[in-house]
Amino acid sequence: MSAGYWSGVETFLRLPARKEVRFTGHLALRCLSRAARQTNGTIEYFVYPTAGGPLINLQACLTTQKEAMQRETQALFEVLQKEEAAVIEAWLDESKATEPGMRRAMQTDATELMGLLRSALRAGADPARFDAGEWQDLRLALAALSKSRAAQGQTAGETSAFVLALKKPLFAKVQEELRQRPEDLAPTLWFLSTTVDRLAQHTASTFQQAREDIIRRQQEELLELSTPVVKLWEGVLAVPMIGVLDSSRTQMVMEALLQQIVETGSELAIIDITGVPTVDTLVAQHLLKTVAAIRLMGADCIISGIRPQIAQTIVHLGIDLQGVNTKATLADALALALRKSGWRVVKEA
Amino acid sequence: MERIPILRMGNTLLVTIQVDMQDQTALALQDDLAGRIAQTGASGVMIDISALEIVDSFVGRMLTSISGIARILSATTVVVGMQPAVAITLVELGLSLEGVRTALDVERGMALLAKVRQEVALGR
Repeated sequence: MSAGYWSGVETFLRLPARKEVRFTGHLALRCLSRAARQTNGTIEYFVYPTAGGPLINLQACLTTQKEAMQRETQALFEVLQKEEAAVIEAWLDESKATEPGMRRAMQTDATELMGLLRSALRAGADPARFDAGEWQDLRLALAALSKSRAAQGQTAGETSAFVLALKKPLFAKVQEELRQRPEDLAPTLWFLSTTVDRLAQHTASTFQQAREDIIRRQQEELLELSTPVVKLWEGVLAVPMIGVLDSSRTQMVMEALLQQIVETGSELAIIDITGVPTVDTLVAQHLLKTVAAIRLMGADCIISGIRPQIAQTIVHLGIDLQGVNTKATLADALALALRKSGWRVVKEA
Repeated sequence: MERIPILRMGNTLLVTIQVDMQDQTALALQDDLAGRIAQTGASGVMIDISALEIVDSFVGRMLTSISGIARILSATTVVVGMQPAVAITLVELGLSLEGVRTALDVERGMALLAKVRQEVALGR
């Protein structure tokens, strides 16, 4: 079925894929849930009618789409221009900003966002294409807002609720404004609703992104913090491993340790695993790799800090630590290291 | 094709690898070394790879096989000066250079060879 009169029964509409299709008027409310399926350059829209719906000239809907679109934008734009101060006030009330300092900060944000929304609407922005150029400034402003809120420790919910709080005051104003033109009311409200939803959605996703950035940075800092290589004695290095050993941790420890071995010319390295909670086959494999790399460099390695339970686990798992020096405590390992490098510690009297 | 020079220092043959190893170069080195050990009756071979920054499994295997060949000709091989990145690469490749002795630098390598010679002299 091509574009034409729509008879008010549940049906498929097949329209050219290239054509920008927006259903407006009565159809707009009924085509909300549509399944689009693309076949040979056409898209099928599944349209739900309501019982006893009137006949609608689809062709007319399609051709007047551009104009109607502009009318919605125009109506919203006018409301924003006329009622900006009132809308911002209502917005702040809606987002429950009662404390004066917080309210002032929010007002700055709100005014900026409002100004950007206006200029986006003036440029004819369409919420269906939120990644278009017209939305650029507003997107950046929302990202900055999310970032600062994330840094302040607010939740994603609070941040997107702030943006969503814009909906109610705008709804009220639009309703007032369009009292004389009821036929424009539904599309404008739909347009407004989509726009605010898009803004809130974008805020939430950038907020999450900002939080993830923070987490990633902290993880990196933690990784660097957790791998100190200390010099215990002339020619003896030690690495106290703390926390769970995974591939990236082991890799970092290995690199740092090997680098230190080259720089200091140490012939012995002690890896202390007192702070490693569990040792499984994977961890053991990482340890053995480190030991092998140290040996290849021409140094030797002692593993210390093996607790009784871990010793049992290693045996039960059948991990072969043959040929690797292991000691229960760091003190024992240091004593062995000193003996190997020809030192003798003597207690006086 | 480049050939890697083999220097003789008393009872030791010294090989310094200063270029990135091609497979052909590696094979030629293996040939030359076997010949020189047999010819000079050297008891130690020292391979300095401190300038080697890129290594592949072929070069790793070459080190193991040189060590094996030298052992049959009754010489001890020491690989010295391996860079951390090279060590990590070899481990990741699953090559632990079984039977190859390693030392941090040339000086320590010489000391290790001296120790091995002493042990051999004492019949251990």
